[in-house]
Parts: sequence; structure tokens; C-alpha cells
Amino acid sequence: MNDMPRFPFRPQDRDPLIPPRFPFPDGIGQVELPTGQVAWLVTRHEDVRQVLRSADFSSNLTKPGFPAIRPIPPSEVSPLPGMFIRMDGADHAHFRRMLTPEFMIRHVRLLEPLIRDTVVGALDAMRASGAPADLIKWFALPVPSMVICHLLGVPYTDHGFFQERSRTMLAWATPIEAARAARDDLLGYLAKLVAAKQREGGEDLVSRLAAERVATGEMTADELIGMSMLLLVAGHETTSNMIGLSTLMLLQHPEEVRRLADKPEAIEDAVEELLRFLTIVRTGLPRVATADTEVGGQVIKAGEGVIAWLAGANHDETVFTDPDALDLSRGSHSHVAFGFGVHQCIGQPLARAELRIALEELLTRLPNLALAIDPAEVEFRDAVIFGAQRLPVTW
Amino acid sequence: MSRVEGDRSVCAGSGNCVRIAPDLFDQDDDEGLVVVLQPEPPPERDRAARQAENNCPTGAIKVTD
Ligand code: HEM
Ligand code: SF4
Repeated sequence: MNDMPRFPFRPQDRDPLIPPRFPFPDGIGQVELPTGQVAWLVTRHEDVRQVLRSADFSSNLTKPGFPAIRPIPPSEVSPLPGMFIRMDGADHAHFRRMLTPEFMIRHVRLLEPLIRDTVVGALDAMRASGAPADLIKWFALPVPSMVICHLLGVPYTDHGFFQERSRTMLAWATPIEAARAARDDLLGYLAKLVAAKQREGGEDLVSRLAAERVATGEMTADELIGMSMLLLVAGHETTSNMIGLSTLMLLQHPEEVRRLADKPEAIEDAVEELLRFLTIVRTGLPRVATADTEVGGQVIKAGEGVIAWLAGANHDETVFTDPDALDLSRGSHSHVAFGFGVHQCIGQPLARAELRIALEELLTRLPNLALAIDPAEVEFRDAVIFGAQRLPVTW
Repeated sequence: MSRVEGDRSVCAGSGNCVRIAPDLFDQDDDEGLVVVLQPEPPPERDRAARQAENNCPTGAIKVTD
């Protein structure tokens, strides 16, 4: 047991922006998690898609054997009502279907002017602060936070509160007590917000769900609170980190950026390649087997934990030629940065729009953007979602 | 000529098909689930239909010859 690899893998002797290599020649093997649990790590593109699409693997963290990357205290083992990311089957579909029309491409397009205003406003504020400025603080963090707050109908004055609490809650290094306190703060706030929307109504998502789903008995107010929390957490740190790391990648590939400048419509493919290359959900997606199933030639027994390692799948050389090279015109649709199966990210049209608009405006408004420190000095966040801590820039 | 079907009972509304082939697929306003716009696409859109089938996260799209 002693020589079992530990997961998450420590940064190896190579560019930290490239996911680490894995030690299994067959693409699957057992790893020891920080909790002491043992789980199967599935790394091939085909196998990752199989696990995530199969009904024999559960997302329910209350099931025995569910692999936890960090310790979950017994009091928190039962997920919040409405947190459908941790549900299976009909329960999951019940909640997810309330949101599918909200996040579809056509509806996200209507949000684009608001996203652009938010992006331009954040860039103006950064410029006004004077160079050098931290791009994470001024740009990458506030943009997705403002968008999600707008969606939920959170007043502008409370955005700072949200950003700080969700960062604390999600950072891998946060002690459990502090993570729980941050979570409780957010839940308390959302409870008040939901109550206010139930009373007063409005144009935002929470008001709509309160009127169309809670008032009709399809969902309880507590479930709406949990669902709002899920959107906030799932949509903030992820998109922020993608904006920050994408900027860092582009600054290191000026020839690719020049090609983008000549062909602005290529930005969509560029965003897909950045999503694939960076795979910011670096610790993968945890599942527990509910039936004996064969994956990649291994039998996984019911009750055993599995981690579908998205970063491995997105750097699988049988699917992506020269996977560790950034090729913004690769034009591949088959990366799994948003997961796969019924849980595949519901916010992906929104995330794509935010990333595209953020990068477009950044490249055209600040054509002389440059890193103010040595790239080797950039520190990365040791969290479930991979990201840069700070990114001092000049322009 | 191939035939394209979309099974709304398993569709998760991810929108991948709409992104890959907006001329072949859409999502309806009420539920956000797949709607096949061209059940028998012209041969030159065959590849796009297969690509949508392959990248549908739930296996809701079936393309048959
Ligand atoms: C670049 C940014 C993003 C990335 C990389 C990302 C990644 C992911 C991944 C990998 C999953 C699958 C989790 C699993 O299967 O266990 C997921 C699910 C989810 N994401 Fe995202 N996400 C991003 C942005 C967003 C945004 C902007 C929102 C909403 C505003 C959002 C909301 C959700 C929700 C609600 C789920 C749960 C879906 C379900 O269980 O059915 N995400 N995301
Ligand atoms: S790709 Fe599949 S799951 Fe996504 S909207 Fe199309 S049919 Fe539905």
C-alpha cells in the first residue's frame, strides 16, 4: 500500500499550467486521497466519458465509499436541499430541469450586453487604479461575481461580501471551521434574499423561481436557497480562474495572440482550447460505483470510489494530438472541461460568453498588456479549482 | 441519407448540439431541451450531425444511416 500514488499529484518538474502526468500505463489505477481513502483514478478520455455517462456511478456524497478529497465533517455529510450537483436520477433531473431554459445559449445571448458592460467597467476601474495592477483582483474575480449576482438579483453593494466568503469556502487550505463559517454566512444571506424575492418579486432568476416553482409547490424555499448557493459557488471561482489563467497563457504565447488579432472570429475556438488545455477542475470529478462495472479493463466494485480525472482526459494523446501544446485553432469540440453525462455544466454557455467577452475586450483595449513579474514567480492557488493567486500586469 | 433523432427524456439541456450544429438542433424556450430541426440533414451536414451525436453528454442524439 505504501507505494500507492497520492492524489492530487504534487506539482511536478514542469510548467504548472500543464496538468501533471499520471503514473498509470493502463490509464487507470488506485490512488490514496488526503483523507486516507483509496479511489480509482480514471484518466483516459474514453473511460472518463464512460464513468460520467454511466448510471452505475453516483454523485451522492452520502453514499458509503464516496471519495472525499478533503475531510467532510459528519454534520456536513448531508448536502443542502436543492444542491442537485450531488443528486442522482430523478431527484437530479427534477431540479436541473427548472434551470435548463435559463442557461440555454439563446437566453445567454440576451445577457451579453450586460456582460460586456461589466467587463469594460472592470477594465476601466483597473486602468484608473494605475499600473501595475493585480488582474485577478480587478478583473478576473469581479466580472463573474457581478454576472452571477446580477443573475440571482443580489444587490451590487453585497458583491464584496459574496466574493470573499466564496473564496474562503472553496480554498483547499481553509481550515474546516473557517470554511463552515463562510458557508453559513452565505446561506444566511441567501435565506434573506429568497424571502425578500418571495415578498417583492422581480426580474431576476431567484424571483422567477420563487414565483413559478416555490409558490406552485414544486420546490421549497430551502431548496431554492440551496440551488442559489450552488449557482453562486459553481459559477464564480471557476470562471474567475479561467479568465486569470487564460490571460496568463495568452501573455506567454504572443504569436498565437497575433493570429487571434488577425482573425477575431477565431476567439471561440481559442476559448475551447484554453478550457481543454487548462482543465481548471484539476482534482477531477468524484463518483462512487453503485454496481460492479468494468472500466478500462478493470472491474470497479460497487461501493468503491472513482475519480474521473478531466485533466487526464483532456491531455489524452489518442484524442488530442500533441496535447501539452497550446493550439488555439485546434477547433476540438470533445474536451471534457465542463464534465460529461447528465451533470455536465449547466452554466457552460454563460461561462463561454464571459470568457470570450473578457478576452476580446482585454486584447483590444489593452494591446500592450504584459506581466509585471517573472512568469516563474506566479503563485497558483492550491484549491479544488486551479487558479493563479495574483497576476500583476502593466499595459 | 441519415436520420437524426433527439431523445428529450434523456437530454440534459447542455446545448452542445446547438453549438456544434445550430442548423440541425435547437432547444425549446419552455424546457431548454433538444429539438431536431432537420431530421434528415443534407449529406454535407452528416459530419456535423455525427459530431453532435458524439459530443452529446447524455447520448440523447442518435444518427442512423
Ligand atoms: C469556466 C467555468 C466553468 C467550469 C470549468 C465549470 C465546470 C463544471 C463541471 C466540470 C461540472 C460537472 C460537475 C460534476 O459532474 O460533478 C459543472 C457543473 C455545474 N456547473 Fe459549472 N463550470 C463553470 C462555470 C459555471 C457557471 C458560470 C455556472 C452558473 C452560473 C455553473 C454552474 C454549474 C452547475 C449548477 C453545475 C451542476 C450541474 C448538475 O449537477 O447537473 N458553472 N461545472
Ligand atoms: S447535446 Fe445532448 S444533452 Fe445537450 S442539449 Fe443536445 S441533446 Fe441535449
